[in-house]
Amino acid sequence: MHIVVCVKQVPSSIAVKTDPATQTLTCTGSEFLINPFDENALETALVLKDTAAAKVTVLTIGGAQAADVLREALGRGADAAQLISDPAFEGSDAWATGKILATAIQKLGGVDLVLCGKQTFDGDTAQVGPSIAEFLGWSCVAFVRKLTLEGTTLKLERMFEEGYEKIALPLPAVLTVGKEINTPRMASLKGRMAAKRAQLAPVTAAALGLAPESVGAQGARTRLAKMAPVPRKSGGIKVDGSDAAVAAKTVVDKLRELKLV
Amino acid sequence: MIDKSQCSGVWVFAEQRNAAIQDVTFELLAKGRELADKRGAKLAAVLFGQGLKAQCAELFAHGADMVYYADAPALATFNSDAYTAQLAALVQQYKPEVLLGGSTIAGRSFFPRVAVRVDTGLASDCTSLDMDAAGLLQAVRPAYAGNVLATLVCPDHRPQMATVRGKAFKKGTPVVGRAGELIEVPAATGEVKTQILETVRDTGNMVNLADADIIVSGGRGIGGPDQFGFIQDLAAELKGAVGASRAAVDAGWISSLHQVGQTGKTVKPKLYIACGISGAIQHLAGMGASDFIIAINKDAAAPIFDIADIGIVGDLFAVVPALTQALKNR
Repeated sequence: MHIVVCVKQVPSSIAVKTDPATQTLTCTGSEFLINPFDENALETALVLKDTAAAKVTVLTIGGAQAADVLREALGRGADAAQLISDPAFEGSDAWATGKILATAIQKLGGVDLVLCGKQTFDGDTAQVGPSIAEFLGWSCVAFVRKLTLEGTTLKLERMFEEGYEKIALPLPAVLTVGKEINTPRMASLKGRMAAKRAQLAPVTAAALGLAPESVGAQGARTRLAKMAPVPRKSGGIKVDGSDAAVAAKTVVDKLRELKLV
Repeated sequence: MIDKSQCSGVWVFAEQRNAAIQDVTFELLAKGRELADKRGAKLAAVLFGQGLKAQCAELFAHGADMVYYADAPALATFNSDAYTAQLAALVQQYKPEVLLGGSTIAGRSFFPRVAVRVDTGLASDCTSLDMDAAGLLQAVRPAYAGNVLATLVCPDHRPQMATVRGKAFKKGTPVVGRAGELIEVPAATGEVKTQILETVRDTGNMVNLADADIIVSGGRGIGGPDQFGFIQDLAAELKGAVGASRAAVDAGWISSLHQVGQTGKTVKPKLYIACGISGAIQHLAGMGASDFIIAINKDAAAPIFDIADIGIVGDLFAVVPALTQALKNR
């Protein structure tokens, strides 16, 4: 079985600053790592590999530094990795991202299962996994919390607001997973050393047979019209809590005044 | 590329679970009515299920001019394959200008597939919508851990699709008996590979943070699992739900079902009480839109105070029980 895991490199924490002169935003992150839910997707693949004969290929789209998350995935036990990288991919929305990844998966050939994190930490769209499925013409179940493989049939539990559903689905398929599904493993020292030596030549738009204008900002179906910092509320009141009973009475009086209680 | 002049109407996907239309649908119909009126267009609801004709009346009462209703056993409960095929087929046949749905598990599972199948753009998890004079939907969504509001548009493709968070809009007052046109549509033919074996409703163990009007949350300052009792007591007194920060969940003091924040739930209650939560940006992303925020923290410099309407600087183990007591005495 051949499993593809799609991962994204995201900042570990995000600070946004507005330049008062130009009103442009800069988003800076302290360090970059694998999107947390993508770690669960990778772990799901590695668990399947532990129990069945499976090859695990990890894909990411990004610049040269995105190779770091591929090396981390290789260190944890993935068999192969592809850095999908081209200036033409810049400005891709979820539609274009899905198209690029689906094209790379078709190009690999013989893939049975695609696993993605349920959403990313920075973009938060939760669209890419289902979009990949649609470009491939495969079925997709999102928000999976449990998975077993019986022959070529996946047995899943999918979360929803009021509980969960048990679902059966034949391969090939695309699934998205959340952190409920497992606890990601650490890379082994041996794995880390081997991953360091891995050759990760960029896979370009041309190599995938994608016309530059069909992806990236040009190909995207949505356009960013405006970005603005979130207005934070101000004018809150501070209450001294050193006398808890007095503080509590102040707060409860205020809540009653506002009819919140 | 699609001829945009051929597309008209605002559509709302009416989400039903266990035959009950979800509140987010009524909220979207209220907003959809406004958008449709701006365009001088019709507002339609799209309902999939089995034996739900009575529910169509509710959709008319909430402002739909027409309801496209597909009745089939395969559509009784949400199935991503079946719902994608059905909605995409209707979009291709009737060509709406705008298509909205709730940012629910179902909406977020199948709207991206419909968007790709009908070849258009989707803005997901929006918190506000507007329509400009040219008929371009302005879809506003938080990004970058809730730090930024991004406005997305879909200039060249139709329909303009968006999923919208619950409580982003207020539902209108239903007009009982309001008439509308019921259009019964045939079930789409298409391969459904996904087989739902069993639906387990587990609401006893669920923490319904998304619908709670009041949430009391504990963070690192709680210090251990037993001390969550203080939080539970206050939440019980307020008939609210118990939330938690990632720090408290990661420490193993409380189940991840309670987690509020970027990797947990996004909430928008009328009242949010943060106890011993410093206010990491990821937590603020999940609760910053709450109507009224009270923060209790011993560190006067904690970032949570920047967004709190009332900030109590003090020992939560004294203040929280005192609050519970003061509420009992009210």
